[in-house]
Amino acid sequence: MEAFFEHFRLWLAAFLTLGIFSFLYKDNPWYKLTEAIFVGISAGYWFVVLFWDNFHGKFWVGAGEYSINWVVAKLTGAQAPPPPDSSIDFMLWVGAFLGLLMLLRLVPKIGWISRWPLAFIVGSTGGLWLINYFASNVMVQAQATMVPLFSSAFGTGFDQNADAVIGALIIFLGTFSGLVYFFFSKAHTGVFGGTARVGVFFLMITFGASFGYTVMSRMSLLIGRIDYLLGDWLGMIK
Amino acid sequence: MKRTCPTRPELSSRQFKSLLAAAALLLIFPGSLLAQQTFVQTDTITSADTLGVQYTPAPPQNVVAMDTPNDGGGSIIITWGPSPDDFDGGKVKLYRILRAEYNGGQPGEFTEVGDVPSGKAEYENEDGNTTDDIMYLYRVMAVNRMTNEAGEIEEYTSESPATDPVTSSAQWFDSRRINALVGVILLCSFIIYFIQQARAGKELYIRKIAGMEAVDEAVGRATEMGRSIYYVSGLGDMDNMQTIASMTILGRVAELAAQYETHLAVPVCRSLVMVTGREVVKEAYSKVGRPDAFKPDQVHYLTDDQFGYAAAVDGMFVREKPATIFYMGQFFAESLILAETGNSIGAIQIAGTAMPAQLPFFVAACDYTLIGEELFAASAYLSREPKLLGSLKGQDIGKGLILIALIVGMLLETFGIWQFSNLFSVID
Repeated sequence: MEAFFEHFRLWLAAFLTLGIFSFLYKDNPWYKLTEAIFVGISAGYWFVVLFWDNFHGKFWVGAGEYSINWVVAKLTGAQAPPPPDSSIDFMLWVGAFLGLLMLLRLVPKIGWISRWPLAFIVGSTGGLWLINYFASNVMVQAQATMVPLFSSAFGTGFDQNADAVIGALIIFLGTFSGLVYFFFSKAHTGVFGGTARVGVFFLMITFGASFGYTVMSRMSLLIGRIDYLLGDWLGMIK
Repeated sequence: MKRTCPTRPELSSRQFKSLLAAAALLLIFPGSLLAQQTFVQTDTITSADTLGVQYTPAPPQNVVAMDTPNDGGGSIIITWGPSPDDFDGGKVKLYRILRAEYNGGQPGEFTEVGDVPSGKAEYENEDGNTTDDIMYLYRVMAVNRMTNEAGEIEEYTSESPATDPVTSSAQWFDSRRINALVGVILLCSFIIYFIQQARAGKELYIRKIAGMEAVDEAVGRATEMGRSIYYVSGLGDMDNMQTIASMTILGRVAELAAQYETHLAVPVCRSLVMVTGREVVKEAYSKVGRPDAFKPDQVHYLTDDQFGYAAAVDGMFVREKPATIFYMGQFFAESLILAETGNSIGAIQIAGTAMPAQLPFFVAACDYTLIGEELFAASAYLSREPKLLGSLKGQDIGKGLILIALIVGMLLETFGIWQFSNLFSVID
């Protein structure tokens, strides 16, 4: 029986893989079936994962269960649970409350309240990332661009070889001209426009290199599926 | 104090050979092996040495325990003055850190929490194994290890007095990152100033962004062809800046679609994005006087799964053949799968993302691409709201200062003056 299910699993996975690949020819019922299975199962899967990871794993374990037990004990006169230890975090109720507000969308008359948690998320995201982005995308990059042109380290004199000097110049020029391209409040004309054009060249060269690199990594995904079909399924690759 | 460690067993011939091989390896690669683990060398007790007291090292002095500054809690630093016997060839082989909880004025039992090799005088439990608000006492034990004639390892130890009670706590402010704070305050000052200027009626210039210039044309094309517009907001959730920028652009696209009475579909893969997207599109339809044309199902959830989402959107593309497709937001490996399918059905495609690895694919497969910050500038460009325009201008001033700093910094570094570039260093 186990062998049957093992074969069934192999054939099913191969059937679905080929169904997705069939899209390369054109849209067809096989692809539609595979797509519907993929979307339906993955949506259900993610619902379960998010429920157990967030609602149960964080809120219920972290605060909800203790709080409910405490309230029930108070209402029924039963023995109250012991005082909360460090694993209980009542701040999680704030998140739960915001989540409840989201559900008010289901009540049309007061559905507008669900905008509050959205505003909270968007606002806190902006504030949270402002300092992080400034530190990582501005300060770190600026410091990495400020490199000595002719010396490998402080106090070593003019010991840098030609390759390294050219490398440092390219880093500086690329960062400088790229930044000029992203000026929006000044027209890209004259010297400024010329520098911005140099910035675009740098960007495009970077994109070209990135394109090739990423295509190669995607090829490994394709090879993985071909390996499954020819090896695990058909047994042509030992 | 004298302790005896487990007796070393007798070696078989095979084990002896293995030991010889290991010793040879140690001789060949001492550096690499020492880098992986800390060795505590033991001396041998001679038959004449019978009194352990001469092997017992003096205890470390002035042991101080304090809360680790600028951290998120859960960490305490212990420092001490080295034992007088802590020198090369001295009695101290390592320091062992002992800790006890301190409850109600009574210390609990001291247990070992870590050790550091001799020569060091600081221990920080970075693994976060202290609980904030619980008081702890620490002792530092100087340890000597000797091998007796029977092959047993004996430990001779002496402990420092216990430290004062200490507790770990999180700090609100990381004083090491004050440079980032100054930079952010400066940048925000520029932005606020220019927002005020824009509100006061000052005309603020924004250069043309080709991708945004084409939005009207793209929506108009869909109207002329009698086909729908698709707006794909990527995989980011509402805690992602690219998705937030994408929602602003969606508002403008929805306004145009409502004006031209063209069907707009927004398939999403995050529940919060669906909720936000519906609010944005609904507001846009109301703004142009077409609230009745809005249907909540225009913004619909598919699945959280990356490739499940890509497969479903691809299917919609080939079945409905939209005339115009927008890709705005955070994209990953699905970018080319989507853009290539859109390209194959002949749709006009406008993309925008700040994901460097995906930009090449959009550049290759789409008609227009907003590169990086252009995505964030697009919302100001489209709406012309004073708040967004002022923000853009303020950011440009910040960029101008960075450009000047780059030139100054590189020149100073070249002449051996590094203090300026250190102003930009960020400590994690």
